[in-house]
Amino acid sequence: MSDAPAIEVRGLSKRYGEYEAVRGIDITVARGEVFGLLGPNGAGKTTTVEILEGYRARTAGSVAVLGQDPARRGLELRRRIGIVLQSGGIYPHITPREALEYWAGLYPRPRQVGEVLELAGLSEQADTRTRRLSGGQLRRLDFAIALVGDPELIFLDEPTTGFDPEARRAAWDTIRSLRDLGKTIVLTTHYLEEAQELADRVAIVKDGRILADGPPRELGAGAPHYRIAYRTPEGEAVQLDTDDPTTVLHELTGEALARGGRLDELSVARPTLEEVYLELTADE
Amino acid sequence: MSETLRLGWRQYRLERRMFWRNPSAAFFNFLLPLLFLFAGGAILSGSQHDLNKLLPAIAGMSVMSTTFTALAYNIVYLRERGVLKRIRGAPLPTGSYFGGVAANAVTNTALQIVLVVFAGRLFFGIGWPPEPLSLIVWVLVGVVAFAALGVAFAHAIPNFESTAAYVNAVFLPVLFLSFFVFDASNPPAFLKTIAQALPLLPLIEGLSGAMVTGSPIGKHLDGLAVLALWAAIGIFLGVRGFSWERAESR
Repeated sequence: MSDAPAIEVRGLSKRYGEYEAVRGIDITVARGEVFGLLGPNGAGKTTTVEILEGYRARTAGSVAVLGQDPARRGLELRRRIGIVLQSGGIYPHITPREALEYWAGLYPRPRQVGEVLELAGLSEQADTRTRRLSGGQLRRLDFAIALVGDPELIFLDEPTTGFDPEARRAAWDTIRSLRDLGKTIVLTTHYLEEAQELADRVAIVKDGRILADGPPRELGAGAPHYRIAYRTPEGEAVQLDTDDPTTVLHELTGEALARGGRLDELSVARPTLEEVYLELTADE
Repeated sequence: MSETLRLGWRQYRLERRMFWRNPSAAFFNFLLPLLFLFAGGAILSGSQHDLNKLLPAIAGMSVMSTTFTALAYNIVYLRERGVLKRIRGAPLPTGSYFGGVAANAVTNTALQIVLVVFAGRLFFGIGWPPEPLSLIVWVLVGVVAFAALGVAFAHAIPNFESTAAYVNAVFLPVLFLSFFVFDASNPPAFLKTIAQALPLLPLIEGLSGAMVTGSPIGKHLDGLAVLALWAAIGIFLGVRGFSWERAESR
């Protein structure tokens, strides 16, 4: 039973009137995995995640989150998931400690409030009204609220958007510590680096479709081509994309040797995740 | 069921705590009607007849401001700030949430009515309410109707910045029209017809019977029917159009 995937999505689509935000997505997330949905703004990441969280009804497809259909919005399921929304607000006149005590009371086996405050780096602000907290502190409170119920599965929708680099590193450390606790994490981001740093597996989303998915390292390697670059004797930079680098190199080097010249700055590279991402998500 | 009640009780306690910590909410919901009462009382202090009219009018206003106005403000604020969306994702039954919010409104209204009754007894030469049971029924029906209408009206308000304009565009005309028709000895027929079809005047007339003149609720069944109809409309629209999220973040 525990071998069942945390999330299983088949043929998911979501239509708003004429607009198709999600067009047939398949996702499987194993337990304990950090899964990243990477894509530009408007790609359908948030819509997808909000269907998984139970906020939106799907138009078609099947969805199982911890074995249940989130569209039914069962209390039992909601007790087992934690949600960090892209922009979720908090009551302005309570303190982080009070907020966490309140949210902890909604769950059957919450974590200790003091411990969660510490994990989120909010111990010093624990008794400050939330309306006096900075944006970064509020975001840490979002994390803390999502964690206080000790959920098995955590959704993080653009968790570090608007963070400075230092705050981003700190958030990444928090997310890694959650992974080390064995939590399953679904993360959306439009920062490539974030997906690379955190995710065990990444799906690149654009226009409501998954264009590629796999572990970040293999996504680049699994691409169907190699890139050969060199400089001509005239100083012109040339790039060739090919699936068969052996033949191309043989021809290139043969030509160069035949005319007694050189291939300056010759390199053969497999595209990085960044290049795959940029290429896949580029507008034609 | 007991779990829903327990969580509703926690929500209620949270709402109470937050209410007293928000000075502007406490002021507008609480002190404003009392200021009206004492300002009006000072102006009308020579005439017992006018004071007898003032007390139930302010009581009716209190019901409307602690429910309709307060809920419209709160719901829009919480919706636009994303608090409602967060609550929606938490394992909190919808009934617990709204139960806590509604109980909070009832508490505010009840406190307010008690203050008005005491003020009438102590300062305005009006005795204890002659029809206490009728008073309770009127307040309850008024709370249900105006709370539901406040929740429903929140759907029409597009953003928090415009909340005051929207709420006052309804609250003030209804208030002045109802006060005027209630007080005038011979109001124009069309104004009277309009005011009687709105929920505030029937409530004020009912409260007047319960608090001052001693005419029981049985003599105001038509007014009670108008209020009940508004309550039904409010509940229908409030539930049907309820949005947990900002419109553009759909």
